[in-house]
Amino acid sequence: MATVQEHLQSLMGARAVESTGSSLGREAFRRLRANRIAVIGASIMLFFVVVAILAPWLAPHDPRVNTWFDQIRPASIPGPSGDHWFGLDESGRDELSRIIFGARSSLVIGIVSLAIGAVFGLLLGVLAGGLGGRIDALIMRVTDVLLAVPSLLLALSVAAVMGQSRTAVMVAVAVPNVPLFARLLRSSMLAERQKDYVSAAVSVGIPRRRLVLGHILPNSVGPMIVQGTLALATAVIDAAALSFLGLGSADPTVPEWGRMLANAQKYTNVAPHLAIFPGVVIMITALGFNLFGEALREALDPKLRR
Amino acid sequence: MFKFILRRLLLLIPILLGLSFLLFVWVRALPGGPATALLGERATPERIAEVNRLYGFDQPVLEQYLRYLSRIIRFDFGQSITLRRDVTEEMLRRFPATIELSAAAMVFAVGVGVPLGFVAAKRERTWVDNGAVIASLVGVSVPVFFLAQILKMVFAERLGWLPSIGRLEPVRELQAHTNFNLIDSLIEFDRGAFVDTVKHLLLPGLALGTIPLAIIARITRASVMEVLNEDYVRTARAKGMSRRVVNRRHVLRNALLPIVTVVGLQTGLLLSGAVLTERVFAWGGIGGLIGGAVLDKDYPVIQGGVMFIAVVFVLVNLVVDVLYAVIDPRIRVH
Amino acid sequence: MRKRKSAIALTLVAALAVAACGDDDNESGNTSGPAETSAPTDSSAAPETTGGGESGGTLVFGTSSDPVVLDGAYVSDGESLRVIDQIFETLVTTEPGGTEIVPALAESWTASDDGLEWTFNLRQGVTFHDDSAFNADAVCFNFDRWYNFTGVAQSAAVSYYWSTVFGGFSDGATPSLYGGCEAADENTAVITLTAPSAAFLSGLAVSAFVIASPDALTTYEADKVGGTDDAPTFDGTFGFEHPIGTGPFKFESWAPGDKLTIVRYDGYWGDKAILDKVIFKPIADGPARRTALETGEIQGYDLVDPADAAALAAAGFEVLHRPAFNVGYVGFNQAKPPLDNIKIRQAIAYALNREALVSAKYPEGAQVATQFQPPELFGWSADVPQYDYDPDMARQLIAESGVTDLTLEFYYPSDVSRPYMPDPTANFEAFKADLEAVGFTIVPKTAPWRSGYLDDVDAGNAQIYLLGWTGDFGDPDNFVGTFFRTPQVAWGFENQEIFDALTTARDTADTAERTALYEEANKLIMEFLPGVPYVHTQPALAFAANVTGYVPSPVSLESFATVSLG
Repeated sequence: MATVQEHLQSLMGARAVESTGSSLGREAFRRLRANRIAVIGASIMLFFVVVAILAPWLAPHDPRVNTWFDQIRPASIPGPSGDHWFGLDESGRDELSRIIFGARSSLVIGIVSLAIGAVFGLLLGVLAGGLGGRIDALIMRVTDVLLAVPSLLLALSVAAVMGQSRTAVMVAVAVPNVPLFARLLRSSMLAERQKDYVSAAVSVGIPRRRLVLGHILPNSVGPMIVQGTLALATAVIDAAALSFLGLGSADPTVPEWGRMLANAQKYTNVAPHLAIFPGVVIMITALGFNLFGEALREALDPKLRR
Repeated sequence: MFKFILRRLLLLIPILLGLSFLLFVWVRALPGGPATALLGERATPERIAEVNRLYGFDQPVLEQYLRYLSRIIRFDFGQSITLRRDVTEEMLRRFPATIELSAAAMVFAVGVGVPLGFVAAKRERTWVDNGAVIASLVGVSVPVFFLAQILKMVFAERLGWLPSIGRLEPVRELQAHTNFNLIDSLIEFDRGAFVDTVKHLLLPGLALGTIPLAIIARITRASVMEVLNEDYVRTARAKGMSRRVVNRRHVLRNALLPIVTVVGLQTGLLLSGAVLTERVFAWGGIGGLIGGAVLDKDYPVIQGGVMFIAVVFVLVNLVVDVLYAVIDPRIRVH
Repeated sequence: MRKRKSAIALTLVAALAVAACGDDDNESGNTSGPAETSAPTDSSAAPETTGGGESGGTLVFGTSSDPVVLDGAYVSDGESLRVIDQIFETLVTTEPGGTEIVPALAESWTASDDGLEWTFNLRQGVTFHDDSAFNADAVCFNFDRWYNFTGVAQSAAVSYYWSTVFGGFSDGATPSLYGGCEAADENTAVITLTAPSAAFLSGLAVSAFVIASPDALTTYEADKVGGTDDAPTFDGTFGFEHPIGTGPFKFESWAPGDKLTIVRYDGYWGDKAILDKVIFKPIADGPARRTALETGEIQGYDLVDPADAAALAAAGFEVLHRPAFNVGYVGFNQAKPPLDNIKIRQAIAYALNREALVSAKYPEGAQVATQFQPPELFGWSADVPQYDYDPDMARQLIAESGVTDLTLEFYYPSDVSRPYMPDPTANFEAFKADLEAVGFTIVPKTAPWRSGYLDDVDAGNAQIYLLGWTGDFGDPDNFVGTFFRTPQVAWGFENQEIFDALTTARDTADTAERTALYEEANKLIMEFLPGVPYVHTQPALAFAANVTGYVPSPVSLESFATVSLG
């Protein structure tokens, strides 16, 4: 999914990169605010982040303690009730609290994997775009190879090597982002390099590094943010997929949406609420990021007249 | 044209080489080395030595890589640790199942997605358009295994309209010529088998194809919208050309490029989504094999599976590039 | 474009319509609810069927995975054994549904006075599926084949049961109980032992000792084993394409990942199978198996999840239970402190709320375990020390123990369902909470069952771990003897008193005496507390309502030959 964004970028949105920063930024912001979809997306994102941060105060109970284990029977797990708005989970814990704290897990996984992927990706991209020549070609071949493997498979392979832990999932999910960010930044830089102000600056003697860091990078920020929000959505979903296949943290008491969804598959006939809540929450969160990311992309694209 | 194809094919080689190198490094990146990977923590020094000797891990790295490469070129990935069978044989046996499923999903995604995107683009900013955009964004936000479980629950369990597992009814015998059940049932003139195959393809195909559908619809919409707004289209319309002619001759051709590209890229999503979908529907293809192999640390299977799928993915994109050149002659030139 | 869209919509609708109408030439219904049979098409079955129900039909059984290989000598996993038990037979077997030893390929047998020579009078007129004759030569061929295993074939991953019952091989590296086999005449095989053994006969009932066609074994290179001890590969085609035995079913075809088909063998010496065909379909996902049963795509499956048993029974499906013949336990590795401290072990026993776990997560018929063997097996003692749930007692013992570092690494397997432990994660979570409530700090450790978990436990890496055992044959030595008769890395202790008690009990001939000895041993064991047993279960199978004749066995030795549809 993210690869498509990247490609669409280069196909149609490359012009979005032709910006000089501030005026388009303001224009983009104005468009965003007017765009209902963007507002909805941003609100969802904000809600998710707030819940994740304030989890200890929002959650009515400790998500890791199976206080109500005695209410559990093999074929009967209490669903939503006055005491437990989201019901109990299969080990007698409050489902609402687990969903709330699960937001925290997902946020951490999303941010960390995004950070890892973006940092390495951007580094490669800057090197490729900035240094050009053989290094550029080498890095492009590396990204080609990485992109030749569909992203989930890539994540799976990494996780298979790293074993069962939350770190493994974060790194695994980060890896497919690396070639994407690398490509993105590289194409941004290449586009910028062709601009007049760059050749002017070079002829005046401004050092390359300052040019890159001070001008080119900031101008590429737009598409990177777009990519970042979309990558966050993918991270949440891919992490859930890895949990579904059995990878992930060794500690099952730690609430994590993907894991909760995977565990709930056994109980779909006695306790469908265990699958519905995490599934819907994953969807809504990913949707929020996707809505916002898309709206942001459209806002940044000067070609699209509104 | 031929030169173009040849050139692109040649470009494949470094990619595949690079991939094989990556896979080679990948297993050896494990803490404790590849012998530990195969033995788990039960590794005693004697056992490690034995494995090293058997698989050649004690040889110099370059030699190992060359030997590994020579095996890969012959498509020899060794034996599966858990299945005790030849990996390549298993892959070849199960591959058609995954391809058939992916193809069905793609037919669904393109067949519904492209028209949908087209209509949405033509009706820009109406409720049809907005609805389509939101629906497509929802589509990419759904985890595919969640969707698969829900489809199964509704259509197989509750309504009983469609089967929930496998490619064919277990009692049905179909002579396996190609292992593509649609083709085999046609070869055998077995209408019942053909219908049964379609029935079994519907739910997993729907589940797998929904996300690509959403993306294809959106790209189609964006691409068509962009073209529609181009000056030459408006000029043509102003000249009085009928809408239909304008559509076919100008809009479609130019809008096709990104669509074709996206379809190529979505194949990757389909192939990897198959890992999840195949597990839910007990499909018996490569996806299910890889999914199981990950937990079991069956590295030969994972290596072989990733390689197979990557090769397919790259080949599909090669076809896409060729189609590109067919659609847009300008591209052939460079 | 509009046309194209409607064309596509039309196609989709058409496809759905076709699907809904169904096809006319299918053999078994694909509707929701129990499946129907097809009319028998071959005449051979008609006059000779005994047992209830019509003859004929095909049964589709959902399994959790493909078999590994169809060669009894090489396997110990349930799915391989399930199929092997239909195609092959042993000299003696357990009675259906029980643990008593009854004749199979041997009609009768006698032992010499010194217990060293066992004479088996073989059934006559028995043929293998390839029409070769079953006789004493065939029997000795098989026994000698196992005895002569070399290299990788000797490893525990391959010939586990031979090692358990007989010990060593012909190379003499380890002493072997096996002395030799002779064909006294065509229908009499004499097996010589090197020492008298009370467990030998019941050991022979284990599926590892099935008799296969010597012709097939040779022609299809059954002995070609490669790979390593831990990752053996079977390179001959015997176990994949030509598993030829004497059983009521014979092998037809196997497409891994898709299905394995066996058909009735009409040349069977005993009551012919009623079904025409049995198809084993691997479905890895547990809930998917349940769904497949409910939609009628399969007509039976094993290891029904506790959450589903009641619902399936209520919906009209047949839910059968195997008599309890297993034990689930929390194992301790006493080589890792503080588990070497008896008070800590006792504290853990008192801290675990076994009752709560069993009622929350186990189905009807499960009972809390007080010792390492089920009550149904002789040697079970009602007088073992009990450790009823008492967290205060646990805290007190911890205080008395003087141990300050209460961190424990608790291992549990991911992604597996065992008869005694349908949901290891749930068990782990419950026990973790119990232990943390009395002051322990638990570090979770997990690994997949087949590739890591068992290895970790066997290698002694696991400090506390969840494990269990299903009995292979009806002898206490198969339970407590397997665990505690010899020092093992997984348990990490040396307790000569227990070792001796169990060895004596195994070697005693008189049953009454053995019973008393095992009861004593169980008391000793529960005082020493090398682990905490917590459950015996009655694993369940589910079948469509029209399936009759399946007899669940405590040792999972079950035949489809008596099963009929309708």
